[in-house]
Amino acid sequence: MKVLQHGQKHMVEFTLNGEEVEGFAEPRMLLSDFLRHEIGATGTHVGCEHGVCGACTVMMDGKAVRSCLTLAHQAEGRELRTIEGLETPDHQFNDLQQAFHENFALQCGYCTPGMLMTLSELASTGKRYTEAEIRDALSGNICRCTGYKEIVDAAMAVLGDKGQVAAE
Amino acid sequence: MKPAPFSIHIPDTIDEAVTCLAEHGEDARVIAGGQSLMAMLNMRLAEPSILVDVSRLADLKTLEIGPDGLTVGAATTQAEVFHHPDLATHMPLIREALTHVGHIQTRNRGTICGSLCHADPSAEMPLLLATLGGTVTLQSSTGTRTLSASEFQTGLLETAKQQGELCTSAHFPSLPSSAKWGFREIARRDGDFAIVAMACIADKGTVRLGIGGVSDTPTVEEWPDLSTADIPDALNRLAWKMGGYDDIHASARYRRELVRRIGKKLIEEVLS
Repeated sequence: MKVLQHGQKHMVEFTLNGEEVEGFAEPRMLLSDFLRHEIGATGTHVGCEHGVCGACTVMMDGKAVRSCLTLAHQAEGRELRTIEGLETPDHQFNDLQQAFHENFALQCGYCTPGMLMTLSELASTGKRYTEAEIRDALSGNICRCTGYKEIVDAAMAVLGDKGQVAAE
Repeated sequence: MKPAPFSIHIPDTIDEAVTCLAEHGEDARVIAGGQSLMAMLNMRLAEPSILVDVSRLADLKTLEIGPDGLTVGAATTQAEVFHHPDLATHMPLIREALTHVGHIQTRNRGTICGSLCHADPSAEMPLLLATLGGTVTLQSSTGTRTLSASEFQTGLLETAKQQGELCTSAHFPSLPSSAKWGFREIARRDGDFAIVAMACIADKGTVRLGIGGVSDTPTVEEWPDLSTADIPDALNRLAWKMGGYDDIHASARYRRELVRRIGKKLIEEVLS
């Protein structure tokens, strides 16, 4: 049985956006803090820290999860994807990011990484979604500038069942 | 909003896990998906000195869905249950209730057994365990026992699980094909814990209603022969019997009123 003693830092290794990363974390360190403070990947935002706001959402093994409700050590050996990993190989916005840009789907931008990572799980399925399904998925992400209409429009433009809106 | 220090023990087998739990008693807490416990740790409502992480134990990642019902291991996530192709056929009530359990991000890590052990009075899975008459299997270094929902659910955030015991699986029996069912809940926001949640099953003239969020544990009431005209009186008596509690989300009076109003709508919908 592996034991990670409190008060000591232990190595954590996982794949982040296709690259192997490693760092040291106390057993109690949250994945959100590990990403931001140990790895320096500050694109993942921290809001409520008890699983309600969705700002810290990342993808772990292809599934959107709350990084504030996940311990850094629980990510050991997993495959993580964060907002930093969404851009295309030639450093352009991906379809979801572009749709957010075109639909004015962010104001302060604090919730945006979480919104995009939640929607990225939907995008990874290749399926099309109804507006009700998009709204249900986004119900786990809180936006306090309340641009929900624009966020849903952006999501529908890429994932919606009414066909993709051509990028200008 | 950071957890107090703790050590993490990562057992390789169930035996190692229960031995570790027996050794450390009340200092140790089990973590699987952590979607209830991590919030408690972050808010320092729980400060265990040891977390026993069972989330990677293959023997606990079990899932069986068939005509007899759903049997789910302690490390199987709510999302894995939700996406099982046979869930809608054999356990449609569980499928409907799961859509109300948190959000997709929490269902991707949260487990059904974890929700049962956390025993929040307004949570959906404890309500379904009680309403469907399910069981919970507990394992310790000295043996295994299986408890019914009413034996297991002892109070607000409390269960009959003893120190040194690990909840290894839970079983939810399926409904007869003749049964009709419905599920409703009221929450301030989509995905929040319910203020009141209700599951109703009607079969061969008998109406069974499970209610969460009003008393400390899910309450199940059964009426052998309930006519539409009797529903308001039956629910009023039930509401007063349950009492209800005041908290930041709602008053006891409001909760009783939801039992009367939402209960009536739900039973009528199921009987129609």
